[in-house]
Amino acid sequence: MLIIGCGNRQRSDDGAGILVAERLRDLGIPAETRSGEAADLIEAWRGADDVIVVDAVMTGAPVGTVQAWDARQPLASVSTTASTHGLGVAEAIGLAQVLQCLPAQLQVYGIEGRRFEPGAEISPEVQRAIEDVARRIIARLSA
Amino acid sequence: MTVHGTRTIRVDTLARVEGEGSLYIKLVGERVADVKLKIYEPPRFFEAFLRGRHFSEVADITARICGICPIAYQMSAIHAIERALGVRIDPRVRLLRRLFYCGEWIESHTLHVYMLHAPDFLGYQDVIAMAGDHRAVVEKALRLKKVGNRIVQLLGGREIHPISAAVGGFYKTPTKQQVRDLVPDLEWALEASLETVRWTAGLKFPDFEQDYEFVALRHPDEYPFNEGRLVSNRGLDIDAAEYEDHFAELHVKHSNALHSVVRGRGSYLVGPLARFNLNFDKLPEVARQAAVDAGLQPPVKNIFRSIVVRAVEIVFACVEALRVIREYEPPAAPRVEVPNRIGVGQAITEAPRGILYHRYALDENGLIVTAKIVPPTSQNQKRIEDDLREYAAQLVAWPLEEATWKCEQAVRSYDPCISCATHFLKLVVEREDAGN
Repeated sequence: MLIIGCGNRQRSDDGAGILVAERLRDLGIPAETRSGEAADLIEAWRGADDVIVVDAVMTGAPVGTVQAWDARQPLASVSTTASTHGLGVAEAIGLAQVLQCLPAQLQVYGIEGRRFEPGAEISPEVQRAIEDVARRIIARLSA
Repeated sequence: MTVHGTRTIRVDTLARVEGEGSLYIKLVGERVADVKLKIYEPPRFFEAFLRGRHFSEVADITARICGICPIAYQMSAIHAIERALGVRIDPRVRLLRRLFYCGEWIESHTLHVYMLHAPDFLGYQDVIAMAGDHRAVVEKALRLKKVGNRIVQLLGGREIHPISAAVGGFYKTPTKQQVRDLVPDLEWALEASLETVRWTAGLKFPDFEQDYEFVALRHPDEYPFNEGRLVSNRGLDIDAAEYEDHFAELHVKHSNALHSVVRGRGSYLVGPLARFNLNFDKLPEVARQAAVDAGLQPPVKNIFRSIVVRAVEIVFACVEALRVIREYEPPAAPRVEVPNRIGVGQAITEAPRGILYHRYALDENGLIVTAKIVPPTSQNQKRIEDDLREYAAQLVAWPLEEATWKCEQAVRSYDPCISCATHFLKLVVEREDAGN
């Protein structure tokens, strides 16, 4: 299982994915951190067959909402990621599908953020969602 | 077609620039009445955030300003602090820093050429659509970008926000064998980059030449990365320490970002075209020849052709990386110890998208008193608006959708790193037809 947390720790709630990865590492579970840039993500998961990606999103849902989706399902409803990079997780998945290099299993957790301004502060709802996602990943690992 | 009345062209989201921002163009009849590029400026936040921090933390903090060009931020910061403290670095460390920058240029330029800008020229909505028809091209782009990434990882120590670069050198330097291991990848990348030049040269470019003041570093012996005097085609020739005497930043109402101008003259252009035009003679022979074969001769004045120039610069970065690797001997110590002292230092380095200026004032404990960061995108911002004023005038007769598309393509030509000059950029191109 490859776990990748995406985002920028200096962009407020955009740090959510990174913080999930760090939380897991604190518990002794290996997890990578990435910017979330599409080409980089594709290289990161190349060769892996079971992958979890965590990123902050902005879909209009209440702040702190966790959306989990299977990357093999259509991504129309989650194409509005709030990544501060030109091509993000949704584009990485779309591109990997076309190039036929999508991992056999790819689960994405999107944490709804509120603020994406410069700064290290995380919204309290997002903080709780980070714990929630970490717990859900641990549960999946122990299943 | 003659158009009467007021028209505004609007696009809500400018995709495929790093981040988001907004652009608004208003046409009255056949006249462009208004062009506003709205961006926000995180570096200003970082300037405040850096105050009171020790200089040893600066490289790590500034690397987080931009996910695409962290090396540029680190290099400008480190060089400025080294100048403030009078540090002389080992020539072998200097070489390694050039290799580090090669990695970033390969990564960033490849991303921009193939994944952000090429879809515009080929008429695709994005790289995903393009990949359906040009799979081998996109696969090659991913592999090429990864070569740059390998260099950055080897020298930076981790995948994002590299941490190994330090004031005085690196925290850790690679062995000879580690850098030599990059050679097969780089030899492949050199061939791939030459193909990239040929491929981009075959694209169709709008006929749009402007009379730019090009501004770039110039070094007596090298195509510039970290060092050199700041020069222009209009007689500018200064040290980084004189930058603020010659450039001003203007507040504009519609944007949080400051507009940079050359004092007494106005807007200017930084980035690949400026570097290429001012340093053509410093390119290695293979890159120069590739440029000439692609029909590029300085001065290149068409911003849309910057996609070809970026490809030429990838060739340069591969050749330069291979040269550094051939000459590399690990330094005796990864870095020199740097004592705290009072000082002020300025530095300019060449980020992929243009010059990046940093200035730091330090107190006797080595703490930052003031920090100033002028990113390349805010330096180009006024020039982007000036160009769009000209370019939009050519588009008045085009249908809304195509005019919008063309404006977006134009903005992407500057490779605006909105996530360093700004946060979310939304492109708004608005048009209102006569009678509406």
